[in-house]
Amino acid sequence: MSGTLGKQSIHEYLAQFDDIPGTRVYTAARARKGYHLNQFAMSLMKPENRTRFKAGERAYLDGWPLTEEQKQAVLARDYNRMLDLGGNVYFLSKLFSTDGLSFAEAVSSMTDMTFEQYKAMMNAGGRSPEGVRSIEQGN
Amino acid sequence: MAKIVAGVASSHVPLLGVAVDQGKTQDDYFKPIFDGYEWTREWEAREKPDVVILVYNDHASFFDMKIIPTFAIGCGERFNICDEGWGPRPVPVVEGHPDLAWHIAQSLILDEFDMTVVNEMDVDHGLTVPMSMMFGQPDKWPVKVVPLAVNVVTYPPPSGNRCWALGEAIKRAVESFPEDLNVQIWGTGGMSHQIQGPRAGLINQEWDNMFLDGLVGDSDALRHIPHIEYLRETGSEGIEMVMWLIMRGALGRQTKALRRFYHVPCSNTAIGHIVLEPA
Ligand SMILES: [Fe+2]
Repeated sequence: MSGTLGKQSIHEYLAQFDDIPGTRVYTAARARKGYHLNQFAMSLMKPENRTRFKAGERAYLDGWPLTEEQKQAVLARDYNRMLDLGGNVYFLSKLFSTDGLSFAEAVSSMTDMTFEQYKAMMNAGGRSPEGVRSIEQGN
Repeated sequence: MAKIVAGVASSHVPLLGVAVDQGKTQDDYFKPIFDGYEWTREWEAREKPDVVILVYNDHASFFDMKIIPTFAIGCGERFNICDEGWGPRPVPVVEGHPDLAWHIAQSLILDEFDMTVVNEMDVDHGLTVPMSMMFGQPDKWPVKVVPLAVNVVTYPPPSGNRCWALGEAIKRAVESFPEDLNVQIWGTGGMSHQIQGPRAGLINQEWDNMFLDGLVGDSDALRHIPHIEYLRETGSEGIEMVMWLIMRGALGRQTKALRRFYHVPCSNTAIGHIVLEPA
């Protein structure tokens, strides 16, 4: 618990985020890159759009100014890849609901565990922060 | 004169809303959680607040990437329930308090907090789940609500210090409202959770309990926790806890705890809940 944000440069502030293991902080850079990916996902909140998407995923995706990489990541439901390409989990969760997945099940697909293993970990108190706070410090 | 008489903090996990809506609150998985809120449900029924200033965040439900207000205050007559992709939750419409909301908005702007005023807005689980936890399933909510939506999705969210200071300004604003009103302020979201990436599922009970400790008494140490500490210690979504600091800041220099509850897990999240009074 030290130092307030106001005293820090934006460059230092942002640089720290790359030091967190297995985590993509939704920074402005990611938000810019993923703008259309997230707005596409948001469109799935409307039932008529979900129907159209399910009837032809590729055609629906082609209606959005996405990169080919982003489209492939969506088609493959590769959530970590979508995060790398600027997706944000709250937006991507519209894809979970379109697929009829629970939040926990979709989230577990981003870890190295099966859903069963992930549920067991959560019921046993969750993932310990020990060792996954900082890449540099290894703590 | 209006007065902030109490502060409440609570997680707002969507699955709790599902449990209420589908009548599962007594299932083995959920019962310990709903039992943990029983004290507060009875207390709220006795306290009968007139208005709740409800600090929450929208989860890509009403606000998308087009507009990202850091602090948005709902000044409308009523707020409809968002369809978050599964159909809107079957809960009553949320009634606003435009007179108080506009008074707070104007006062905050003069107090140098540049609020975004929102007249029409739908509210998501961030707001409705805490309402269900405190009030159950009434035909009509027993309070009016001033929604205060905070951006904690796109970085940077406001600092903890700024949130605390906003709470202090909200206290001043409420106290200058001429009508006699019994007002509560709620901070929602948290506690530790991460729902993205290979580190998903992170829970930090020790840190969460340190945070709960810090809300009680006369220390203001919590306002100085930098974002990076929330991220490292409490998971990428633990940052929602800055919203609790708006509630804490609005209670004045010192607080006492009436009730405290902590439970792991609910879905991906550590459930934390505290009821505070100015002391
Ligand atoms: Fe949330």
